[in-house]
Amino acid sequence: MSSEKTAPAQAAVSSSCEACPAHHAANLIRLGVNMANWDFVVALSGNPNTGKTTVFNALTGLRQHTGNWPGKTVVRAEGGFAYAGDRYKLVDLPGTYSLLSTSDDEEVARDFILFGSPDVTIVVVDATVLERNLNLVLQVLEITERAVICLNLMDEVKRRGMEVDDRRLARDLGVPVVPTVARRNEGIAELLQAVADVAAGRVASKPYRIEPPPGLKDALGELTDEVSAAFPGLYNARWVALRLLEGDPRIVEAVRSGQIADLGRHLSTQTASEPGLALQEVS
Amino acid sequence: MTQHMHPEKILARVGTLRWEAGRDFHDELVESIYADAARIADRAVTRKGQRGRFDMDRTIDRLVTSRWLGFPLMLLMLTVVFWLTIEGANYPSAMLASLLVDSMHPILKGLADGIGVPWWISGLLIDGMYLAMAWVISVMLPPMAIFFPLFTLLEDFGYLPRVAFNLDGLFRRSGAHGKQALTMAMGFGCNAAAIVATRIIDSPRERLIAIITNNFALCNGRWPTQILVATIFIGGLVPAHLAGLVSAAAVVSVAVLGIVMTFVVSWALSRTVLKGEASAFSLELPPYRPPQILRTIYTSMIDRTLIVLWRAVIFAIPAGAAIWLMSNIHVDGTSLAVHFIDFTGPFGALVGLNGVILLAYVIAIPANEIVIPTILMLTVLSARIAGLGDGAGVMFEPDSDVTADVLVAGGWTLLTAINLMLFSLVHNPCSTTIYTIYKETRSAKWTTVASLLPVVMGFVMCFVLTQVWLLLS
Repeated sequence: MSSEKTAPAQAAVSSSCEACPAHHAANLIRLGVNMANWDFVVALSGNPNTGKTTVFNALTGLRQHTGNWPGKTVVRAEGGFAYAGDRYKLVDLPGTYSLLSTSDDEEVARDFILFGSPDVTIVVVDATVLERNLNLVLQVLEITERAVICLNLMDEVKRRGMEVDDRRLARDLGVPVVPTVARRNEGIAELLQAVADVAAGRVASKPYRIEPPPGLKDALGELTDEVSAAFPGLYNARWVALRLLEGDPRIVEAVRSGQIADLGRHLSTQTASEPGLALQEVS
Repeated sequence: MTQHMHPEKILARVGTLRWEAGRDFHDELVESIYADAARIADRAVTRKGQRGRFDMDRTIDRLVTSRWLGFPLMLLMLTVVFWLTIEGANYPSAMLASLLVDSMHPILKGLADGIGVPWWISGLLIDGMYLAMAWVISVMLPPMAIFFPLFTLLEDFGYLPRVAFNLDGLFRRSGAHGKQALTMAMGFGCNAAAIVATRIIDSPRERLIAIITNNFALCNGRWPTQILVATIFIGGLVPAHLAGLVSAAAVVSVAVLGIVMTFVVSWALSRTVLKGEASAFSLELPPYRPPQILRTIYTSMIDRTLIVLWRAVIFAIPAGAAIWLMSNIHVDGTSLAVHFIDFTGPFGALVGLNGVILLAYVIAIPANEIVIPTILMLTVLSARIAGLGDGAGVMFEPDSDVTADVLVAGGWTLLTAINLMLFSLVHNPCSTTIYTIYKETRSAKWTTVASLLPVVMGFVMCFVLTQVWLLLS
């Protein structure tokens, strides 16, 4: 609760330590709701009840109420932290099992990852049920390469006599994977370092991309080009093209009305014009 | 805008491409995501032989979600929580009341008189604002400081989804969404927060049902009322060593009645104005996590107890001023408060309440927390009790329960107490909740329904109970 107090100690540490995440942990300054003039926006996504809000609290020093039940967060909570000289705005999203939205809370999460253009998306994963959680991870990686996987609840993994190989996972997914026990603050320092590396572009991500079914590869390529030509500045044209080929009604409608370009703009101006709100509701 | 291709053209092209593919692309894609996820997970995860603790989770689950033991265990757990709250809160409550009301109040009054403060200023500030605040703190702080940490511990442990699991069948049979069990449980904390939480329910029809019936979940502001009245009037019926347990059982009965009413009203709504089928959903039963006791106590003290208490104090201070003014502004020789109390008295008697309670519920629309303090102050100040109040400070026998004395002196009987507990469960939501309902539904019609339906039901229930009671006694 008081790691900001230890910040002055860093002056005494020699430069050789500076590559070490444990050293940088001392650089974390929790800004609470004070998050004006951020350098990077970080989205916190994941399945319901994987500990997103716990990670959020650990990073921002805020005390959003946490509970051991799925669906606790239905609005977007925002907070800030500063780390190694950069200011970050962290957005806690409602938990979702997929990005094929069905309900209001899932819509909030999906719209933000899609159109809020976060600099880094942290996907918090329940390591005890990795397979189910990876469904969402793969869908997020379809959208953005700037992702960090927070492999949470590693204490539960141990308790159940399991092992999860985070290095193997990182190699397979092509993005940083950090094992954590967020409620005991374990691994938060490493998570911060990974987020900072991705935000600054120091990590070469090669995210795992799902192979489209064989007969559609060319169609997808063609459509991707057309979408990005029609909507320049769109966050991820390939993903939109995939959704169109799937026949996702919301995306079809958004393309038809031109809202697909608007939505990106709308969300980014909205978040920029209302800094300092602890609880920002998206309705 | 240099659009190379019109959106409609893109969509037309999509149509052709989809037609050419000639398959259900969506299903194939979802399947390949699942297959890839399974493959990657399989490579990363190894399971060793020992799974002892995990089996423990399943044993607990089999017990707390079992057909026969699920409900009794739920009731037992609630009763234990309230019993601990009631037993634990009794003494500190009495102590705070005697400190803030019995001792501090005359001292402040004396001080004000000493330095020559005009009677109406010291009346407004000390008899009105200070006294309201003092009552709120002594009545609410102790039970909240015990109840919230206990409830939060249950929540952290992972018990809430099991409650949802137990209640799911009942909700489905009443035509509502199973996830309503979760929003109802949140309503036990705060109805306004729970109304926002109903966003986890996809269908607008089921969400409306969840919103309208959420008020039947007793909230923060109403638990202390229930606990206090049950302790004084129901606990008082039995020998002292049983009093705590019996009062706890009474509070649990009211809470359970609220749950039953949730089902009944959900059922009625889904058969009439909100017709439709319940939709299916999947609910994850998360692993039990050992609660972090110290942190839970700390955060529930800071986040819940103090915030709720603060809110109560903020609303109590202007309410205290209003109460004092109403009791001291005289028209035709009688105070405004007494005018109102006398005017509504006959109606109050019809439903087994009294004018003081009705006025208290009007004053307490902004916050249910201040109902009991308002009743106490109105009872004292409305000069209905000979020899008490009249702005001269409150005199009570030392060593006795101040709150009980005031209520008994105000003419309360067991019937009044039971009716108040009922009405506290079934009446209009507080103004914050009403505003939240409007914000979430964007509909004046449904906001009105959600606000008025419970008041009407509350009056009907109290009326029936009172008439039957009077007939039988």
